[in-house]
Amino acid sequence: MLAKRIIPCLDIKEGQTVKGINFLELRDVGDPVALGKRYAEDGADELVYLDISASMEGRKTFAELVTRIAANINIPFTVGGGIASIEDAGRLLTAGADKVTVNSAAVNNPDLISEIASKYGSQFVVVAIDAKQIDGVWRITTHGGHRLTEKELFSWAREAQERGAGEILFTSMDHDGTKNGYPCETYARLSQMLSIPVIASGGAGTVQHIADVLTKGCADAALAASIFHYGEIPIPYLKQELNKMHIPVRL
Amino acid sequence: MIAVIDYDTGNLRSVANALGRLGAEYKITADTKEIRSADRVLLPGVGEASTAMQKLRERGLVEVIRSLTQPVLGICIGVQLLCRRSEEGKAECIGIFDNEVKKFRTHELKIPHMGWNSIEQLKSPLFDGIDEGSYVYYVHSFAPTVNADTIAVTTYGEAFSAAIRRDNFFGTQFHPEKSASVGEHILQNFLRL
Repeated sequence: MLAKRIIPCLDIKEGQTVKGINFLELRDVGDPVALGKRYAEDGADELVYLDISASMEGRKTFAELVTRIAANINIPFTVGGGIASIEDAGRLLTAGADKVTVNSAAVNNPDLISEIASKYGSQFVVVAIDAKQIDGVWRITTHGGHRLTEKELFSWAREAQERGAGEILFTSMDHDGTKNGYPCETYARLSQMLSIPVIASGGAGTVQHIADVLTKGCADAALAASIFHYGEIPIPYLKQELNKMHIPVRL
Repeated sequence: MIAVIDYDTGNLRSVANALGRLGAEYKITADTKEIRSADRVLLPGVGEASTAMQKLRERGLVEVIRSLTQPVLGICIGVQLLCRRSEEGKAECIGIFDNEVKKFRTHELKIPHMGWNSIEQLKSPLFDGIDEGSYVYYVHSFAPTVNADTIAVTTYGEAFSAAIRRDNFFGTQFHPEKSASVGEHILQNFLRL
């Protein structure tokens, strides 16, 4: 049976992991490769590395880092952050990334999804969507939630799929960082409407939240950052608990 | 020396990285002499079947692959190319395995079949030390049918060949190079055959 995936997300700045990490045995918590290996050993099903460097130098460091990650990590990994052209995507593929995520650049230039998908395959392109609810309508935001666009969640997700997206990574900006859980009804509607997998992101504070989005929310995977980084919910514990609830996970 | 067949497809790097982690010596090559004289041969790849077959033909590799007597492992599109034919692009394939490659016929499940799924009914030394029901990583929309050469089965709507063996030829529809310690173990088994 296909397992629901648990995906830790690591923010990278100038080649180093950003958030404080609560792994006791790990000496160099700033090293994204060491941390990724640790997560893989803990049972993470995939990893997402997001480059939040602002500088050109930082971007170059990130590409070098992707090569090191590919050489050392034995599970699939996705990279994202600032991918604005097919050339950016191609460089990361060559460096060894299994998938890339596109977000703001795809909203501004939807052809980017089609181009990456037709050149490298749908399995390589994950479309990340950030949205917030305004007067009952889920509106797409870009640039980390700072800019509100006219696009609406469901029509944009459908367009992304039609253009060749392999997966949708949806974050509710109303829930992200709150640790109050996910908007499960929205996820369920999204997942049932689409024929590609949906990854839930932003809002998890408890095991039950994750269980809910994987069952009621019909999500195929759950992505989180701080609950894993700070050791609030260790991945082995999370998977054992999900297994007890009869949610299929890889143990 | 392990020859990783280079036919201008993606994913060669991932397989090479996995061999590197196991400490194996390998060469990514399209040279027929190097492929023939290698101890082991890997046929990896991602992509579309008829295009991939065309690339193998252009490089004169189809006959070379058929004539190999050392252990050969096809991964993902690689196992599909070793089958008789594929629905994808109506490709006539290499024909080592008698299986056909078919698209998933399911309206209720998501396509591609992507993520971790379990392997069952394990046979062959390729799976020595691997538990029934172990999880491996998949990304595909087409899969080989099940027949007498099937050495592992996965079910996604329907049962398909997770792995196939005929004589010295092996193939896995999943990606051992991305399947954590289980995948490493399977690759290690292949290197020890």
